[in-house]
Amino acid sequence: MFEDYIFPGLIILLQSVALLVALLVFTAFILYADRKVWAAVMSRRGPNVVGPFGLLQSFADLLKFVIKEPIIPSGSNKGIFLLAPLISSALALAGWAVIPVSEGWAIASINVGILFVFAVSSLEVYGVIMAGWASNSKYPFLGALRSAAQMVSYEVSIGFVIVTVLLCVGSLNMTDIVLSQKDGLGTHLGLTNSLLDWHWLGLFPMFVIFFISALAETNRPPFDLVEAESELVAGHMIEYSSTPYLLFMLGEYIAILLMCALTVILFLGGWLPPLDIAPFNWIPGVFWFIFKLCMVFFMFAMVKTIVPRYRYDQLMRLGWKVFLPISLFMVIATAAFLKFTGLA
Amino acid sequence: MDAVVASYLPIIIFLVVCIGIAAALLIAPFLVAYRNPDPEKLSAYECGFNAFDDARMKFDVRFYLVAILFIIFDLEVAFLFPWAVSFGEMGMFGFWSMMVFLGILTIGFIYEWKKGALEWD
Amino acid sequence: MLLTGLGAAFFYLFAFVAIASAVMVISARNPVHSVLYLILTFFNAAALFILTGAEFLGMILLVVYIGAVAVLFLFVVMMLDVDFASMKRGALDYAPIGAMVGIVLASELLIVLGAQFIGVGQPGSVASPTPDPLTRTNTAALGDIIYTDYIFFFQIAGMVLLVAMIGAIVLTLRPTRPGVKRQNMGKQVARKVEDSIDVVDVETGKGL
Repeated sequence: MFEDYIFPGLIILLQSVALLVALLVFTAFILYADRKVWAAVMSRRGPNVVGPFGLLQSFADLLKFVIKEPIIPSGSNKGIFLLAPLISSALALAGWAVIPVSEGWAIASINVGILFVFAVSSLEVYGVIMAGWASNSKYPFLGALRSAAQMVSYEVSIGFVIVTVLLCVGSLNMTDIVLSQKDGLGTHLGLTNSLLDWHWLGLFPMFVIFFISALAETNRPPFDLVEAESELVAGHMIEYSSTPYLLFMLGEYIAILLMCALTVILFLGGWLPPLDIAPFNWIPGVFWFIFKLCMVFFMFAMVKTIVPRYRYDQLMRLGWKVFLPISLFMVIATAAFLKFTGLA
Repeated sequence: MDAVVASYLPIIIFLVVCIGIAAALLIAPFLVAYRNPDPEKLSAYECGFNAFDDARMKFDVRFYLVAILFIIFDLEVAFLFPWAVSFGEMGMFGFWSMMVFLGILTIGFIYEWKKGALEWD
Repeated sequence: MLLTGLGAAFFYLFAFVAIASAVMVISARNPVHSVLYLILTFFNAAALFILTGAEFLGMILLVVYIGAVAVLFLFVVMMLDVDFASMKRGALDYAPIGAMVGIVLASELLIVLGAQFIGVGQPGSVASPTPDPLTRTNTAALGDIIYTDYIFFFQIAGMVLLVAMIGAIVLTLRPTRPGVKRQNMGKQVARKVEDSIDVVDVETGKGL
């Protein structure tokens, strides 16, 4: 009994807590980095008071959120009102269960890993819809409506992009997806085990579509119509204060990091070093993973500062009339290429 | 331990820990923060006046149409997953079978485009 | 396959929660709560699928039913202004029809279960035996047969989706309002400086 269940269970529990704590601390610094990048582009200083260079700003924010007065509007549906932030942050965290940060470093290495992340990202819409409805206020309602239609629209192209990558991999397991990128275009060009092997080069259009769809899926600018402050003030989060609001923000950033991690795993070779030669392959895989994650997030942060917000009709047009046909075509083209050249 | 249980047990434990952390954060301010509610503070956010009526109202049918079209395309993607996974072992027959399937749905997509179901105004 | 130990414990947990939340779906007063309980039921059904080794079906249940179908349900119930109180009052009139559907479903389930023991069709009437999960994953095993052995059903599914798509458009699409101004991206991007700006040398005191 003890050796079969309790001991392995305790180990998994410790691993889970360790990963989540690391993830939350990392998110705190990512939030700080986001604000710093944003400030730098606008020639401001950004947070620079709490701790050296303002590094502890996010922790100060956390403390402030916890001691703020929590408000539950009298007209709201109290149970669902409090359930919404819980769901949106817990779901975003749950997706990390199957993300391998290095070879064998995943909490759960299931056969259908990528489907699990796909499922989690499609469930994230619930937090927004429930918040919008339970608040019983006009702005959250409109924000939830916009968000639901937006998230489902871009989910389709994300699905097609994942299928294209799977055609080149032949497995739904996250570790297999990374390892399959050891042998690709670069090997055919004569540069074995290099960054040219990763899927970003061979499937470049899909890489671009995935990156932009990830922005839309996580309601990140330029697709942040859900909380477009000049129109809807804060969208579905208007009625929230204190930690319920914090949980929405946390969920949003963790979901963004999850999408960054997915980009790294699908297109940028996960934990693989860019070149399989001496100084690079001494560095442990987890550092490469975090490095790539930060690079992708830097792109997210730059997009936020330099691209103006889309209008709603432009957003829907981009999702349904541009990305959907292109990604569908690319699925067919990739499959035909693999089949007729005998590569698969 | 059964293989399936062994590979999914970590997910369940992880999920429980996630919910635990989120719930702890959610409950914290109710325990430590100062609370002094009054009717104005608890009223719905509006531009300086009281809300006229219940906020849940009817809205454009287009949002439902988007949701229905999403279900259909989501199912299409669901059919593509096993196809992509066993693509390497599959002969030309399986390849063309999927091409016909995608062709049928492309007809639907073209119909929907021409009808203007994707227009937003 | 018989589940033992922890697997059995999880089976009873998920099965109990699934049934309990299914009961709550029909007994909850607020329709939104009903849909949320329905989502819980779907979730437990997905867990049961995974527990029997059908990983792919479990995940698709999450993606399609919870991620798409239930979103539509929630949309309709939350946002549509239906007077559910008056609908509930007449609900008892439908009891005989409901009971009939229930009986038909129950007897069909019994027939399927009974076929195992009575032996309709050949012994071992399963056309494609499940390959060993250690050598071929559940998803790949499905992919090996759906598109070739069961191509007829697969194409029918495609037709059904096409009909659903056309049906949804026919039922919900209204003619567009007159006088809506639309953006033509292609035209906008194709515009050149020469088409839009004229540099004119204006003589002083004359104007254009």
